[in-house]
Amino acid sequence: MAEEKRLSLLIVDDEEGMRMGVKRSLRHFSMETKDTGELVKLDVSEAASGEEAILLMKESSPDIVLLDNKMGGISGIDVLHWINENELDLMAIMITAYASIETAIAATKQGAYDFLPKPFTPAELKVSVRQAAAHLVALRQARELEREKRRVRFQFISVLAHELKAPLGAIEGYLYLLRDGIGMDDPDVHDRVVQRSLIRLGGMRKLIYDLLDLTRLESGQKKRELSDIDVLECARNSMETMKPDADRRGITISLESSSEKAVITADSGEIEIIFNNLISNAVKYNRDNGSVAVNVLDMPDQIRIAVTDTGIGMSEEEVEKLFGEFVRIRNAKTRNILGSGLGLSIMRKTASLYSGEVTVDSTPDAGSTFTVTLKKC
Amino acid sequence: MTDVKRVLVVDDDPDFLSQTEIMFSSRGYEVVTAPGRREAEEIFDSYTPDIAVIDLMMENDDDGFVLAYRLKKKFPDCTVIMVTNVTGETGIEFPGGNDSSGWINADAILSKPVRFEQIEEELKKIESR
Repeated sequence: MAEEKRLSLLIVDDEEGMRMGVKRSLRHFSMETKDTGELVKLDVSEAASGEEAILLMKESSPDIVLLDNKMGGISGIDVLHWINENELDLMAIMITAYASIETAIAATKQGAYDFLPKPFTPAELKVSVRQAAAHLVALRQARELEREKRRVRFQFISVLAHELKAPLGAIEGYLYLLRDGIGMDDPDVHDRVVQRSLIRLGGMRKLIYDLLDLTRLESGQKKRELSDIDVLECARNSMETMKPDADRRGITISLESSSEKAVITADSGEIEIIFNNLISNAVKYNRDNGSVAVNVLDMPDQIRIAVTDTGIGMSEEEVEKLFGEFVRIRNAKTRNILGSGLGLSIMRKTASLYSGEVTVDSTPDAGSTFTVTLKKC
Repeated sequence: MTDVKRVLVVDDDPDFLSQTEIMFSSRGYEVVTAPGRREAEEIFDSYTPDIAVIDLMMENDDDGFVLAYRLKKKFPDCTVIMVTNVTGETGIEFPGGNDSSGWINADAILSKPVRFEQIEEELKKIESR
């Protein structure tokens, strides 16, 4: 069942008959919002003068206000002015018997959303209220979305700052040891200090490159160069790049394919980003002397790339957590493995350019298979 | 008691671990390191540390607390220094030096990044108490 949303409407008019009429017309009012399909209903309250309306609105702001202009005491325009000064988040509909151009201009200047000239039919009233409600709901949704976007961006930046600070701190610590000559009489210590500094610098560089990849993908600024390319060739290039790291730990990388070639219209740079991430992860999270199997399946409408490792694997909960930005699985097995935490995000965003997706199948201590599908058109 | 003081350093950050180890060793301490709570507990089955430097958040967020508690219970004379990045990560401020509330079983709490001189200073302060 659709969720129900209640909006409050305040009718301000010094004629009791008018207030009664509006209440009656709107008693069974309901509408559905366009995007979320929520059912909107109204709670109607009333005020017999501008002064009473302001008192009520001080208590709690309505979502929609139907405002008669000509009343004993302060006018509708005055109330509108008060609403503006107090920055109430509502839609105002002016109702007036003497629909003069001057009133219309004055009311519009004060931000009235709509005009309803007296006399109006219940149908006309409903149309106007429906429009105001739809506009209000859309406006609030857009604002909420913007807030959420800002929050995500802020969070991204603060995590990023932390990820950059950590290697800086480590390198700084090593440099102090070198500067003060602490422990440097032992050549092994000296080597370790230099080596670790270089490793942490490399990690930082990787993070920055990943970040640039991600920014380029998200901004859509990078010009994509689409041509018919052989996915197997990209796989071989990437395997070549990863070979030194794999060799160092006795890990073998093999390629298996259902066909001689697997052709897709794509940007070769993007396909290599996918392979580089898949294979480097399969090496990084592997055990020494393990293996990495790259499998490419060429189907009529899509290409499926599966990379299987014989590494540490993940638990179900860890797999669930895996897809967030900067998420790195922290446990005893991953302690000494460096990573930016952006690789999977990059892969996913790249795959989405081909209406594709990334899935994971993993068993702790046995290994993981990451599968990427790319649609051919 | 021997003259050489024994230090146990526990942290899941391998760089902090090796830097702290190098510093303590150069000052003539005997150093044992552990990358996590479990490994540390295995070590102090057969090893009596005089000083322990422990990271607060390791594999689990409370590993440092638990470890400090168990260490103090087993070796009441062991000086425990807790180091933490928690302020940087969560914005929670920890009371500097000795925790007067007593719920952290440490003789001193230091915020990362920690300079070795800070650890030495804390050790001196604790010794003179």
